[in-house]
Amino acid sequence: MALLEIRNVSRRFGELQAVDDVSLSIEAGEFFTLVGPSGCGKTTLLRLIAGFDQPDTGELLLDAQRLAGIPPEKRPVHTVFQSYALFPHMTVAQNVAFPLQMAGKSQNEISSRLKEALELVHLANKARQFPRELSGGQRQRVALARALINKPRLLLLDEPLAALDAKLREQITGELIALQREVGITFVFVTHSQQEALAVSHRIAVMNNGRIEQVGAPEQIYGYPRNRFVADFIGTINLLPVEVRAAGQDGLRLFAAGLGEIIGTPVVGPSTGEHGAFAVRPEQLRIVTAGDLTELDNHFHGRVRDHLYLGDVTVYKIALENGVVLEAMLTNAVPGRARFLERGAPVAVGWQRDAGVYLRD
Amino acid sequence: MTKWLVSLPPTLFLVVFFLAPALLMVGASFQQPGDFGGLVPALQNGQLTLSLETYQFFFGDWIYAEIFGRSFLVAVTTTLISLLMAYPLALLIARSDRRHRDLLVLLVILPLASNFLIRIYAWIILLGPANLLYTPFAVIAGMVYVHLPFMVLPLYNNLEQHDPALLEAAQDLGAGTWTRFWRITLPLSLPGIWAGSALVFIPVLGMFAIPELLGGTRDLLVGNLIKEQFLDNRDWPLGSTLSLLLTAAVLALAGLSAWAGRPRRGSA
Repeated sequence: MALLEIRNVSRRFGELQAVDDVSLSIEAGEFFTLVGPSGCGKTTLLRLIAGFDQPDTGELLLDAQRLAGIPPEKRPVHTVFQSYALFPHMTVAQNVAFPLQMAGKSQNEISSRLKEALELVHLANKARQFPRELSGGQRQRVALARALINKPRLLLLDEPLAALDAKLREQITGELIALQREVGITFVFVTHSQQEALAVSHRIAVMNNGRIEQVGAPEQIYGYPRNRFVADFIGTINLLPVEVRAAGQDGLRLFAAGLGEIIGTPVVGPSTGEHGAFAVRPEQLRIVTAGDLTELDNHFHGRVRDHLYLGDVTVYKIALENGVVLEAMLTNAVPGRARFLERGAPVAVGWQRDAGVYLRD
Repeated sequence: MTKWLVSLPPTLFLVVFFLAPALLMVGASFQQPGDFGGLVPALQNGQLTLSLETYQFFFGDWIYAEIFGRSFLVAVTTTLISLLMAYPLALLIARSDRRHRDLLVLLVILPLASNFLIRIYAWIILLGPANLLYTPFAVIAGMVYVHLPFMVLPLYNNLEQHDPALLEAAQDLGAGTWTRFWRITLPLSLPGIWAGSALVFIPVLGMFAIPELLGGTRDLLVGNLIKEQFLDNRDWPLGSTLSLLLTAAVLALAGLSAWAGRPRRGSA
């Protein structure tokens, strides 16, 4: 039995179907992420788990116990809020000790666990300061310590990194992963950032318009997106419009107008004659300036139309013969060199059949 | 430069109409009363007429301390009752739908739109048949009634600015309804409580119309005493002394409460 079981949960606000028939199982010890664009329903789902809102239909079970009718203060679920919601009139120590006081712990237990919790987030020397005297990253760690100190069954994190600058976000992302491993508490993390989701999660649920589009490990979601929304939302992907010629055991034969045949891996579902897209990630494409790449299952000719230097890699936009533009990515392995292909250069582009996926329209 | 120009008119206004009169009052407290009101000039026939007479008068008679004490008691009682009545009201308005808040605030200040004396006479009509007129109860009731909006507004203004996420966080971390109030809402509203209390306490302390109309003649308050010196006894120096001592007492109290409520580094 999963730690948290979400069964056919729906929640509507007037005209807006915020959560639409969502079912999920979250296992004990998991770092689970809900990712999606703003307004996709991920925060509403989080509030339903915390108990601040009730589902219209469906039910939630924690440790096989129904959560309906249990108010937030009685649920063994704590939240790290987006704004951190630190109590401004209390010191760091008072903030962090708050859940233990609420649970009626003894003064001895409170002081020893407080010490432990502050050390966990490297804030032992800030115990007597007020939240306003701390930096953004320190506040964030106070919020984490406060939510973790009473060892909840489930920790909810509502976009906890959104208010931090990029460098700090990266650092705290690393700290979060280590922290989760160390305390072993199940994390449910909400973010709109696909990079964050890929970096921290054991499993990811991609949400859109209140529905769950796909659930899986980061590499599954990234490597085998199930539909166009997931493909487009997670990372960058090239979409080649195609028509299905044959879908058999031996392979998927697709036809791209003005280009020719594309071979993909067999998938269940598509029928001959239907339209869709072949999706392939920029880093999966191989590019050469001379020759044909005939050793690859799919190979075409094109010209470099543009390039974008990003430091570690350069992204090249390559126009194929039928006018479709693909993005390809090459690592800049030679220091001081921004690109290996110039604008207008003729190139051959190719990939193996299992480098991408076919997505139905 | 612009900063100076903009602040010049209000500064000038305060200097001319507040600071100067206050200083004149300090002078007046040492002067002699004129026969028909007003003051004997400080220098008359080459003779200095200043004295400490009014201060000796004040500290030489227990009656003044008693009147001051009674006035403070009335002001404290009024402030406390106003606070207890205004807090739930302010909280209710602050937690109500944003669209309704302005209307509710308007309703709170609406009584101020009708004439002060008419509102007090209305109390006479209400209290008379109940045999409560000319009692301490009548005075307190009138005081609370008149000053309630001045307690509600600063409280509302404070409570309205509380981040609702703080209460959600407290609830999420295990705090029930009452605990959330005692641990979060109340401590965060202390500035509003102080502001409202000052806005009620200080005017009540100097108020003379309400005690005169609703309290009868038995229990004199400082406000009445000062008014009597200026209008009935024509003793401006004593009136000035009483005013100054009242101001000094209020300032001392304000200083004391600021000291008591100073931000402290909390202990773990």
